[in-house]
Amino acid sequence: MARPHGGQLVDQVLSNNQLNRIKEEIKELKPIPIDYETFIELENIAIGTFSPLEGYMIQQEVDSVLDTGRLTNDLAWTIPITFAVDKEQANLLEKGNQFALSYQGEVVALLDLEDKFIPDKKHWVKAVFNTTDEKHPGVKRIYKRKEVLLGGTINLLKRPKVPFPENRLTPKETRVLFKVKGWKTIVGFQTRNAPHIGHEYVQKAALTFVDGIFINPVIGKKKPGDFKDEVILESYNALINHYYLRERSVLVTLLTEMRYAGPKEAIFHSIMRKNYGCTHFIIGRDHAGVGNYYPPFAAQDIFDDYPDIGIVPLFFRSFSHCTKCGSVVNEKICPHSSEHHINFSGTKIRKMLIEGKHPPKELMRPEVADIILQYENPFVE
Amino acid sequence: MDKDNKTITISKHLYELLERKIQQDKFDSVDNYVEHLLLQLLQVEGSEDLDPEEEEKIKQRLEKLGYL
Ligand SMILES: [Zn+2]
Repeated sequence: MARPHGGQLVDQVLSNNQLNRIKEEIKELKPIPIDYETFIELENIAIGTFSPLEGYMIQQEVDSVLDTGRLTNDLAWTIPITFAVDKEQANLLEKGNQFALSYQGEVVALLDLEDKFIPDKKHWVKAVFNTTDEKHPGVKRIYKRKEVLLGGTINLLKRPKVPFPENRLTPKETRVLFKVKGWKTIVGFQTRNAPHIGHEYVQKAALTFVDGIFINPVIGKKKPGDFKDEVILESYNALINHYYLRERSVLVTLLTEMRYAGPKEAIFHSIMRKNYGCTHFIIGRDHAGVGNYYPPFAAQDIFDDYPDIGIVPLFFRSFSHCTKCGSVVNEKICPHSSEHHINFSGTKIRKMLIEGKHPPKELMRPEVADIILQYENPFVE
Repeated sequence: MDKDNKTITISKHLYELLERKIQQDKFDSVDNYVEHLLLQLLQVEGSEDLDPEEEEKIKQRLEKLGYL
């Protein structure tokens, strides 16, 4: 199992004892309201998904991440983790004080405010997304974000209610799970899709060389046209039930914002899976990309700059179904020309599903298609 | 996120070998490279430091959810 990033798993969830001790003090704290997405990312910090971060980054840390792709202590880190408020709100908050973060009127976390700063958004998006184009969904989000960032350590008092709670495990829990299962090597797989045969091929090719697979779909806020969360989970359950060994595969959700930062996000995704205990992580074509903003293999090439990341990236380039080989192939194993290849085009499969048709079994398992076709609209509107 | 650093001593010969190696591997210092190697080595042992009571609770939750 991989050691957590930075060596130690962060745990900023207050115990009941700790809570009781500070109950009265909390009532005196000035509240800062937060929305659901912030609450979810707060939980990610607190449960150690973002280890070694123990809170929101201060300016020095953000600058280091943007300029070097590393924390100030030189540890690999590519996406700033921050908390934004508007100027009026920020003016009321003084550095050096503790504040209560409240969700729907209830205090859910504490913030020790260490820093308050206004970042240069243009510099930020260029560094993270390698573009300043406002049409890029990640860039757009940053431009729309409130102006002032608050940095400091957090402590979580209350866990958020999440969709599919039975599929939400903390890094601490997955580490116990892997230990009990006796898995020493674990490959992580990131997805936002219902699985087609190409995904299955990549997962099984990787699984052949390790002890277990950690299938970790990102759920939560989505773009229109993405598969609905329940469709992703149910279709993976169907795939695992029919075609995987239960004792070799684990399906757990990851609740975090998709940034669509391509290579920078591939590093971030790897670090999160390392914190869950994965020793290996699959990086395909255009990982965490969107549109044509990143060269197809930029998310693989970036690992050259991070030989110290502490998780082994497994790169997959192209794969398709070859009618001559009669199987899924990649560019290293099939000598036949492209006329014999059926590509796993997401767009093509989607079109068939929208028309209520089963994609051919070379592209998608019928049990998976059955699940998707049960939905009147399996996609986010 | 400051590291509490401690000093360890290794032979000059070994240090020079590491120095040669970091040039190929893009590490910017022998210190970083040694730290990386040691972390790699430790993770093979994969020992986690959870207290047994908490670990038991987690196992029960995992069992209840069907993971174990
Ligand atoms: Zn072939």
